Amino acid sequence: MSVVGFSRANSLWVVNYFNSCGFMELLPWVGSGYDMERFGILPTASARHADVLVVAGYITLKGAKRVRRIYDQMPSPKYVLALGSCPMTGGMYWDSYNTVKNIEEVLPVDVWVLGCPPKPENIGHGIVMAMNAIKSGFKGH
Amino acid sequence: MLENISLNTIFSIVLIFCAPIIGGFLMGIDRKLTARMQSRMGPPIIQPFYDVIKLWGKEPFISSTLQPILAFCYFGFSLTSFALLALGQDLLLIIFTLGIADSCLIIASLNSKSPYSVLGGKRELLSIMSYEPVLLLTAISIYYVTGSFMVARIFYLSYPLISYLPLVFIALIPVLVIDLKKSPYDVSASGHAHQELVRGVFTEFSGYSLALIELGHWTKVVMMLSLVSLFWATNLIIGICLALVLFFIVLVIDNVYPRLDWKSMLKTTWSIGIILIIANIVGLIARVVMHI
Repeated sequence: MSVVGFSRANSLWVVNYFNSCGFMELLPWVGSGYDMERFGILPTASARHADVLVVAGYITLKGAKRVRRIYDQMPSPKYVLALGSCPMTGGMYWDSYNTVKNIEEVLPVDVWVLGCPPKPENIGHGIVMAMNAIKSGFKGH
Repeated sequence: MLENISLNTIFSIVLIFCAPIIGGFLMGIDRKLTARMQSRMGPPIIQPFYDVIKLWGKEPFISSTLQPILAFCYFGFSLTSFALLALGQDLLLIIFTLGIADSCLIIASLNSKSPYSVLGGKRELLSIMSYEPVLLLTAISIYYVTGSFMVARIFYLSYPLISYLPLVFIALIPVLVIDLKKSPYDVSASGHAHQELVRGVFTEFSGYSLALIELGHWTKVVMMLSLVSLFWATNLIIGICLALVLFFIVLVIDNVYPRLDWKSMLKTTWSIGIILIIANIVGLIARVVMHI
């Protein structure tokens, strides 16, 4: 485990893209209940500062271009965390005419968090898994 | 030649190179205390170092070739102003060097097409405009007490500076709040609430240039706190405690107050700050006149 890898894993700055219930379950992590800052995770607003893109909820065909653009603006190494079943399969919008059914058509995903919506504990598990992978040298896509 | 260098000078030089490290620990304590005040666990105290190492290892996205140079200048000039302070040089020179450091940041942020960055740069200009007169008047009031702008002269006093300049000390609190980019006057960078500005002046920086700016910011914090500690220069340990108490007060203010706009920032620093300092100087003059 290198110093850079350890620092990288312990200082994940997150930029969010969300348009549904998945983000509501991420919010407890910002507050005092779960406190994601104890792992060094900070929400950032600028994509240029971010390490992790959290995509919560369904992606519309129009929104897919925006997500891709945010992803392209992030400097590497960058990681993507997809929350809930919507980005995975379309979720309850599986037969909608304007949603992207699998987000991997738009950008590569590193961590999938299951659930509709996922519980905060599941999100924490996903984050810790990502941290462990980064500590062992995972550079993302 | 070498025997002329005193122990104090060697200590000062070591201190100059340690300044960013001390600043990093201060920022870590800041984040920990802020978290405790919000009943959270908070990150470890060395968290800011993780951040900077990570940023250094990231891919640099450079939107203008001038930006990394200016980010380096920001760090360099902040370190220079602290070095001048540690070596006991001219107070005016220290304040102007700090001004140049800030100007580098502003030029870098205005040198991009992002409207958030430009708006942040303009607001940074406003925050300099609001605290620079207070800092200059502080230097002038110190001159009035010691008879010189040299920092080294403060150490010759037999009494602490705060006993003569208590109101100036209070006037430095809003300056410290602005300089640490803390909540009521966090108009330029928007550290905690990023609805309107994204990240203000820092929006367009990434990778090592953002790391350099972080280092510069830490140095600037150390520089401002050591300026405060000069108010009890007869015993520097009490001076450092005084600076840390002020640092804690700034943190409490940060957690208590919501963010205000730039107009109230200008009003507070220009009205309360300048009036307090002028009242203090007038009081000192009145004391001398009454003795005669």
